[in-house]
Amino acid sequence: MSQNVGTARVKRGMAEMLKGGVIMDVVNVEQAKIAEAAGAVAVMALERVPADIRAQGGVARMSDPDMIEKIKAAVSIPVMAKARIGHFVEAQILQSLGVDYIDESEVLTPADMENHIDKWNFTIPFVCGATNLGEALRRINEGAAMIRSKGEAGTGDVSNAMTHMRSIGGEIRRLSTLREDELYVAAKNMQAPYDLVKEVAETGKLPVVLFTAGGIATPADAALMMQMGADGVFIGSGIYKSGDPAARAAACVKATTFFDDAKVLADVSRGLGEAMVGINVADLPVAHRLAERGW
Amino acid sequence: MRVGVLALQGDFREHLFALEECGVSASLVRRPSELAAVDALVLPGGESTAIANLARSFDLFDPLKARIAAGIPVYGSCAGMILLADRVLDAGVGQETFGGLDITVRRNAFGRQVDSFETDLDFAGITNPPVRAVFIRAPWVESIGPNVEVLATLDHAVAVRQGGLLATSFHPELTGDNRIHRFFIESVARPALEKAAVK
Repeated sequence: MSQNVGTARVKRGMAEMLKGGVIMDVVNVEQAKIAEAAGAVAVMALERVPADIRAQGGVARMSDPDMIEKIKAAVSIPVMAKARIGHFVEAQILQSLGVDYIDESEVLTPADMENHIDKWNFTIPFVCGATNLGEALRRINEGAAMIRSKGEAGTGDVSNAMTHMRSIGGEIRRLSTLREDELYVAAKNMQAPYDLVKEVAETGKLPVVLFTAGGIATPADAALMMQMGADGVFIGSGIYKSGDPAARAAACVKATTFFDDAKVLADVSRGLGEAMVGINVADLPVAHRLAERGW
Repeated sequence: MRVGVLALQGDFREHLFALEECGVSASLVRRPSELAAVDALVLPGGESTAIANLARSFDLFDPLKARIAAGIPVYGSCAGMILLADRVLDAGVGQETFGGLDITVRRNAFGRQVDSFETDLDFAGITNPPVRAVFIRAPWVESIGPNVEVLATLDHAVAVRQGGLLATSFHPELTGDNRIHRFFIESVARPALEKAAVK
């Protein structure tokens, strides 16, 4: 019987398996092993964590294939990697390397100031960032099989992730209150395809898995996002810019599972050492705000 | 019959919906007390390493292992199959399983995500239409013990049963087709519970 690869169900289904879990940024084999041992459901292989991209500046690009291969060889869990927004050749390369998911990410420097990658052209699934529902649905229309709220990566400040989760959740709730004949204008106003708007209005949820990213630095932050309706969390700089990355990584994993149990959250928050110092998003110059990249 | 779904990580909500649609009372299991309250259990898809880790951390690993050894009916899909297997090939470093099913499973045997696929599958007793099976970084069964029955194959065994234990490499919870869940409830779990009650 014939076998179909790269179908929407297979791509979206992969994200379903990651739910309730933590996906951790890693820049080398040692960090990847820490992440797997801590209970990460996947690792995101990248050259520099967002905090370092921020500190060092310059153009941020797809990682070296050698580095991705080494991480793939070092862990048994899924390996994701980032391509620049609109850089479909980086995505082709990542697909040929056999990574499990591509993040078309605003954390890297965009390669196209207008278009995102046509993700339907790939067998490999994509996750994309979004700050609101319209943006999420535009990415899904282009073939994204998973969405993550953008937050503000590399800051350790969870406020933007909160804003984006509230915005996406709020717009979904508002859609479900509209009359059917009002959905056309709703689609126009959020610059999203009518069919997807109608689907969200009917089901009351995104058609793909929704994770949170950007600024999560503590177990409490991870649980906050889960209570806001996230299906799981991405954590990067928050782990490796803290005093004890292995302990903090494991604590964030536990907090994501027991996000609604304050007693467990208190227990796992103990003795983790220094948290990431972080940067207040309000102090970032507009040009350095990654969440505003992508359209 | 009260069926629990292990809810430490993975697509446990999809299993919960499927079970509810089959008309059984279903609940999520994250704590030993919640495990004690159910008659049968589903181990969902997800990351088997993460799930085993969390079970260890929250004192659920040994109770679960003991409960399976004592005969609780269990269905495991994908990661759940790995967690039920007595032996795992290509395991993560130090990866443990609850065990109970006398099989050797090869983890990620069908390849990485780029090789993940869906296909029509002949499943013993479930025909017309065939089961639409979704395989995601899926394991297969490399070898089986004498008491294990193979229910579906795709070059290797991808669905097996041993007494009250059922495991599939694929994810029926993703397709909206509840026939495998119904099979577990009616043909695997109920007979096993009735047999145990007679004893």
